[in-house]
Amino acid sequence: MPDGLFIRVDIAESVQGDPELVQRLIEVCPVDIFDRAEGGVATVAENLDECTLCDLCIQAAGDDRVRVVKLYAE
Amino acid sequence: MRFFEFEAKQLLARRGVPLPESRIARTAEEAADAQRELGGDVVLKSQVLSGGRMKAGGVRFAGSADEARGAAEAILALPINGQHPQGVLVERKGEIAQEYYAAVTWDGRAKRPVIVFSDMGGIDIEEVAEAHPDHLSRTHLSTLRPLSDYQAKLAVARTGVTGGDLNRLARIVLQLARAFREHDLTLAEINPIGKLADGSILALDAHMEMEAEARGAHRALLAELGIPEHDTRQARPPTPFEVAGAEVDAQDTRGVAGNVTEFSGSLGLVIGAGGGSLTLFDAVRSAGGDPANYCEVGGNPSVRKTAALTRLIVSKPGVEKIAVMMNVVSNTRVDIMARGVIKGVIEAGFDPADKIAIFRIPGSWEEEGFAILRRYGVEYVDRSVSMHEAARRAVAKLAGLDGG
Repeated sequence: MPDGLFIRVDIAESVQGDPELVQRLIEVCPVDIFDRAEGGVATVAENLDECTLCDLCIQAAGDDRVRVVKLYAE
Repeated sequence: MRFFEFEAKQLLARRGVPLPESRIARTAEEAADAQRELGGDVVLKSQVLSGGRMKAGGVRFAGSADEARGAAEAILALPINGQHPQGVLVERKGEIAQEYYAAVTWDGRAKRPVIVFSDMGGIDIEEVAEAHPDHLSRTHLSTLRPLSDYQAKLAVARTGVTGGDLNRLARIVLQLARAFREHDLTLAEINPIGKLADGSILALDAHMEMEAEARGAHRALLAELGIPEHDTRQARPPTPFEVAGAEVDAQDTRGVAGNVTEFSGSLGLVIGAGGGSLTLFDAVRSAGGDPANYCEVGGNPSVRKTAALTRLIVSKPGVEKIAVMMNVVSNTRVDIMARGVIKGVIEAGFDPADKIAIFRIPGSWEEEGFAILRRYGVEYVDRSVSMHEAARRAVAKLAGLDGG
């Protein structure tokens, strides 16, 4: 049986060095999946499954630097 | 939430509606004192949030302090429909020449408030409507325009009342309608309004219910009436299961996943959307099912909130399976619901494929939702299967039959 997790968000290394983008990711996500971490941004584990698949983070980051992975579709 | 009669009468008194002189007594001795103060014949009425007081022995008469004490002792010791009296209303008794009925409530079909008035009060109004429809008027009110004297007068005049009685009764009906509107009531009823032998007209009994969601807006009024915030006015105190359901719903503001009512059956229900809860609960019963709970889900609750509600229901002792069924959803998302329900079942230590008898939530993002359900092996249906058929399949599955 799968483990009851539905969404994973992958963040490219290049995002970490871009404080403006980090800020934008935190601002655009409607369910608080992104938060500041040492030296950049990290995902908030308990909020990942709240992802609404709105793609705002993907649009904000551009160039495939943020990927939203549907674990149930893999 | 329902008001006790003495509270409803306080609301009427503030509006100048004429009432019999009365005292509220919490003990038999206070009832005896009340009779002494009022003098003469009094009526003593049990203060319970239930009808049928007269038949149950909760209304008695007394002509002396001793009689009042005895009557109050009997009333205070008498539960009615499982409720213990919160006091005895002692009122001066008058000679009644004629009884009337007045109420303001919502007409669900017309989607507007309606004044119901009859010149045959004191009896069951449904009985009057059936046997004497010419003695009953229905006058609809606007939800936008202000109330007018004319509407109240029309309601009374339609039953043939004229002259001074018409004017006096219309004033009472107008105040009743104002109370209904200003206090967010769902029912404001006086039955009977009594015309006494001396020609005076008094509200002899009153029944008022406030929309539960409006309590916050009327905090000051409720405090003035002495009703504490924790006094829910439910027919029975909430069970720990129901308290836990309310806590789940309060954990965040997104959507609704709560209003849980506990039953003793083995089929847990995660149900809702557009009136779907009541329909689906009834559908389960009609199919011979035995629900473990009633609940309301809608408005796109978060995954976390849905998971918590599901965990609560699926962990309830005696629950063998759960049925996840909703009306066609628009703002609620099927995939978010699927995530929440599956997460809750897994967190409770069960296999969703085994524990979820059926998942029937058609609508917004359903293909995404169905993909999740397939991944976890959960049986699901789309809108081509009716709510009643889905309920039947869930009940059959629980009974070990092939639901499909």
